[in-house]
Amino acid sequence: MIAAAAAAAGKAAGPEIDWAGLSPLIAVLGGALVVLLLGLVVSRTVRENVVPLLSIASLAIAIGLSVGQWGRREDLIAGALRLDELTLVLTVIFCVAGIATVLLSWRHVAPREAAHGEYHALLLTSIAGMIVLVAAQNLVTVFLGLELLSIPLYVLCATEMRRASSLESGLKYLVVGSLGSAILLYGLAFIYGATGSTDFAGIATALGGDGDLVTDPLLLTGLALAIVGLAFKASVAPFHQWTPDVYEGAPTPVTAFMAVATKAAAFGITLRLLDVALIEAAIDWAPPLAALAAVTIVVGNVGALGQSSLKRLLAYSSVAQAGYMLAGVVVASRLGLQATVFYLAVYVVMNLAAFAVIVARERETPLGDDIASLNGIGATRPLLAWPMTIAMLALAGFPATAGFIGKFYLIESSVNGGYTWLAVFIVVGSMISLAYYLKVIAAIWMTPSETEEGVAPVPAPLPGGDQPVLAGGSDEATGLRAQGEVIAVAVVFGALTLILGVVPSPLFDVVRGAGAALGLL
Amino acid sequence: MTLHLSIMLWLPLALGVLGLLAPPRLAGRLALVGSGLALAYAITYVVDFDSAAPGLQYVTDETWIGELGISYKLGIDGLNLLLVALTGILWFASTLWANLQDRTHAADRPRLFYFHMALAETAVLGALLAQDLALFVVFFDLMLVPFFFLTGMWGRARRVQATMKLVIYTLVGSLLMLTAAIATGVLAAQGDPALSFAFSDLAQRPLAESSQQWIFLFFAAAFLVKMPAFPLHGWMPDAYRSMPLPVLAVFSGVLSKVAAYGFLRVTLPLFPAASEQFQMLLLLIALASILYGSAMAFTTTEARLILGYSSVAQLGFITLGIFALNAQGAQGAILQAFNHGLVVAPAFFIVALLAARAGGSQDIRDMGGVGMRAPVLASLFLIVAFATLAIPGSSNFVGEFYILLGVFTEKIVIALVAAAGVIMAAFYTLRLFITSVHNRTGARVESRELTLREGLVLVPLVLLIVAIALYPQFGLKRSEATVTAVTAPVATRLAERPGRGLTQYAPLAETARPKAQTR
Repeated sequence: MIAAAAAAAGKAAGPEIDWAGLSPLIAVLGGALVVLLLGLVVSRTVRENVVPLLSIASLAIAIGLSVGQWGRREDLIAGALRLDELTLVLTVIFCVAGIATVLLSWRHVAPREAAHGEYHALLLTSIAGMIVLVAAQNLVTVFLGLELLSIPLYVLCATEMRRASSLESGLKYLVVGSLGSAILLYGLAFIYGATGSTDFAGIATALGGDGDLVTDPLLLTGLALAIVGLAFKASVAPFHQWTPDVYEGAPTPVTAFMAVATKAAAFGITLRLLDVALIEAAIDWAPPLAALAAVTIVVGNVGALGQSSLKRLLAYSSVAQAGYMLAGVVVASRLGLQATVFYLAVYVVMNLAAFAVIVARERETPLGDDIASLNGIGATRPLLAWPMTIAMLALAGFPATAGFIGKFYLIESSVNGGYTWLAVFIVVGSMISLAYYLKVIAAIWMTPSETEEGVAPVPAPLPGGDQPVLAGGSDEATGLRAQGEVIAVAVVFGALTLILGVVPSPLFDVVRGAGAALGLL
Repeated sequence: MTLHLSIMLWLPLALGVLGLLAPPRLAGRLALVGSGLALAYAITYVVDFDSAAPGLQYVTDETWIGELGISYKLGIDGLNLLLVALTGILWFASTLWANLQDRTHAADRPRLFYFHMALAETAVLGALLAQDLALFVVFFDLMLVPFFFLTGMWGRARRVQATMKLVIYTLVGSLLMLTAAIATGVLAAQGDPALSFAFSDLAQRPLAESSQQWIFLFFAAAFLVKMPAFPLHGWMPDAYRSMPLPVLAVFSGVLSKVAAYGFLRVTLPLFPAASEQFQMLLLLIALASILYGSAMAFTTTEARLILGYSSVAQLGFITLGIFALNAQGAQGAILQAFNHGLVVAPAFFIVALLAARAGGSQDIRDMGGVGMRAPVLASLFLIVAFATLAIPGSSNFVGEFYILLGVFTEKIVIALVAAAGVIMAAFYTLRLFITSVHNRTGARVESRELTLREGLVLVPLVLLIVAIALYPQFGLKRSEATVTAVTAPVATRLAERPGRGLTQYAPLAETARPKAQTR
C-alpha cells in the first residue's frame, strides 16, 4: 500500500504520520529508552527507585493519552495501525498490568539481578509490542508487534539468572514461542497468498467478493496455521504445554505480566484478525475454534486439579480462562466481541490480585509459591487473605464478583450466537474449577498455619525461598513492612473485582465502544 | 405506606459489615440488631400484605445491568411472603442462639462468623424477593458462599471435606441453572430487541417446547440438589454432621425451601409445557425422596441425621405438592415449607441440647431419660415432634392434607403411596423422641432442665408452632390468590391433556393467559 501511494504521488514520500494517534506508543517506547539510560547511573537510589517510578510515569502518561483519544477511529501510518476503541481499551489494560508488574517487582530479586534499567526497559518494550499488535491491521504489522512483544518476554523470564528454573523457563518460552511465531508467520503468508493482500480491509474485500475463496485450500491452510500460531501465544490447548512450566519458572511479577497482558494481547489480535479481516470466512474458522475452546476448557481445568504450586495452578486456570474467552470469539458477533473484551478486563483484574498475594507470600514464607504458603493467612494477614479469596471466587465465577458478570456475558453471547453447547462447556468447566479454587480458599481460612512460629511477624533474617544470599540487603530485613506496594496492588485489584461485580456499568460502556469500533453486527 | 424491600434486604449485610469493623465483642450484638430489624420488617409485610391481590406488592424496579437486561426488581406476593417471614424468624432465632451460647463456635473469630451469617441472610432474602430471573440466580448462587465459610471454618469433624462436597454438589446444579437462565432470557428475546430477565416479561414470551425441556431439566437439577431430593442428596449427611448448630438450623430450615420456592416461581409459570411433561418424573423423585428419607430416618441413630433425612422426606412432600400442578397442591407446598422450617429449626436446637446433656454424643442410643428431670424441655420437644409428624390439629397436618388432596385429584396411586410416608413420619419422629427423652437414662447423661438462655430461643419458636396450628388459615389466606394465578397456565394445559375428563379441576381464574403453544 505504501508503495502504491508513493507511486501515485510520483515521488518517494513517506506516509503521513499522525503523531497524536501514536502518542501512547511513543510514551511507552520513550519511557523504555529513558529508563534504559538511567539504569547506567551509579547511584543506587536512582536505579532502584527512580527507574521504576519513571516506568510507572510513562505508563501512566500512556494511559492518559489513550483516554484522551477515546472515540477516535482512524488509520495510522498508511493503514498499518488502527486507532479505535479496541486499541485504546487494550492499551489501557496493558499499561495497568504494566504498572502492577513494576510495583510487584519493585523490591523483587529479578530486576536487581538483571539490572534495573534493562528489566524495566524490556518490560516497557514488551508493552509497546502489545500495543502495536492489537492495533495492527496489516499482516506485516501483526508479526512485527508479536515479535516486539515476545522477544523482551523471553529475556524477562530468565532474569533471575542464578536460579536454574528461571533460565529454563526463559529457554522453554523462547523455543516454544519462536515455534508459535514461525507457524503464525507461515499462516499469514498463506493468507496473503490466497487473498493477495496484507491489509485487513483488503483481505475482507477479497473474501467477500469471491465466494469460492472461503473454500480455497490455500486460505484454509493459512487460517489453520495462523490460528495455531495465535493459540500458542494465548495458551489455548493443545498448544498450552509450555504454560505451566514457563509460568512456574519465571519470576513471579513476570509471570503475572505474562498471564494477564500477553493473553490480552493475543486475544486482542485474534479478535481483530478473525472478526475484521477473516469475518467472511467465519464458516471456516468458527467450528474448529469452538472445538478448540471446548478442549481448552476441559484440559485447563482438569490440569489445574492436582497442582500444589500456585503459579502452576494459575497457569492451568489461565488456560481454562482462555477457553472461556474463545467462546466469545467463536460466535463472531458484536456481542461476542464485547463479552470477550469485558472478560479480558475482568480477567486481568482478578489475576493481578491473585499474583500480588503470591508475590507477598513468597517473600514472607520459605514455602515459595506452594499452596501451603497461604495456610492460615485468614487469621494473620487479612489484607492478603481477602483479595486472594475474592480473586478465587471471581475466577470460579461466583456472583457479586466481576467474574460472574463476565461469565454471564460470555454465556449469553454463546447462546445468542447459537453455541449453546459451548455455554454448557463453560459451566461444566466452572464446575471442575471449583475443586481447585476452593482448595486455595480452604487453605486460607480453614487450615491452620504450620509455620506460624517460623514466620512470626518479625522474622529476623527473612528466609526468602526465592531470594538467595544476594537478597540479603538491609532493606530486605523488614520483609513485612517493605512490601506495602504489593499489598496495595492486591487490595486495589481485589476491591476492583468486587466493585465491577456489583457496578459493572462503566466497564460495559467501555466495551460497547470497542464493539462498535469493529463494525460487527 | 411505602415499605422499601431494599432496606430489609440489605440491612443484615450492612450490619454484618459494620460488625466486621467493630470490636469483636460487638459483632454478635450488631448481627442480632440486623436480623431483628429484618424480622421486624418481615412482620410488617405479613401484617400489611393485601391477601386479595394476586400480583406483586411493594415492588422495587430499577435497571441494574442494562446491557445484559438484568433489572434489580424485588417484590412480595403470596408465594414468597411466608418464606420471607420464615427467613426473618429463623435467622433471628439462630443469631440469638449464637449470641447466647458463649462457648460455641461463634466465640472463635466472631466477627467473621456474624458477617457470614448476615451475608447469608441477605442472599436468601434476595433469592426470595428477586423478581428477575438473573437476579434470582445471582442470589441463589451467592447463598452458597457464606455457608461454605460457615461450615468450613466453624464446623466439626471433617469440616473442610464436608463443605467442599456441599459447595461442589450444589454449585454443579446452580451453574447448570445459570446456563438455563441465560438461555431462557436470550431465547425469549429472539425477535424482540429488548433482552429482559424480569419474570413478568419472560412470562409474556413463552419458549418453544423443545427449549423448555432442557431448560426445565437444568433448573430442576439445581433445585433438587439444593433440597436435597433422593438421588442427589449425597452432600447432605456430611454437611449436616459438621455444620455448626445455628448455621444448620437456618440451612435446613430455609435454604431447602428456597429451592422448592424456585419451582413455583420459575419453572411452573415460565415452562408450563415442560412442567406438565416432566410431571411424572418429578412426582416419582418426590415419592422416592419420601420413602428413602423416611426409611433412613428410621434406621440411622445419629440425631442430626434423623432430622436431616426427615427433611429429605418432607421436601419430597413439598415437591409432590408442587408437581400436583394444581392450586391445592401448591398451596399445601407453600404452607408445608413454612411449617417445616418452623419445626425443624427448634428440633435441631433441642437435639443439640440433648446432645449436650448426653456428654456431647449425637447418637440417640447415648441419650435417654432426660424427660424425668427436664419436663419443660421434654414437653417442648413433644410439641415439636407432634408438629413434625403432622398430627391432626397441627398446621403440618393441614399442609400435608392439602398436598395429598392436590395429588389425589391428579395421580391417585402416587397419593396413596405418599400417604404411607405420613405414617412413617410418625414412626421415626416418635422413635427419636422416645429414645432421646424417655427410655433408660444413658450412661453419661446428666439431665438438666432448660436454662433461661436456651428457653429464650426455644419457647417463642414453639409458641409460634402452636399459634400456627390453631390458625392455619393465616398462611393459606395469604397465598391463595397468587398460587391460583401461578398454577393457572400449567393447570390449564393439564386439564386439556387428551384423554382426560376431570376438567372441573382446571382453575377458573380469568388470569390464565391465552394458550402459549399447542402441540
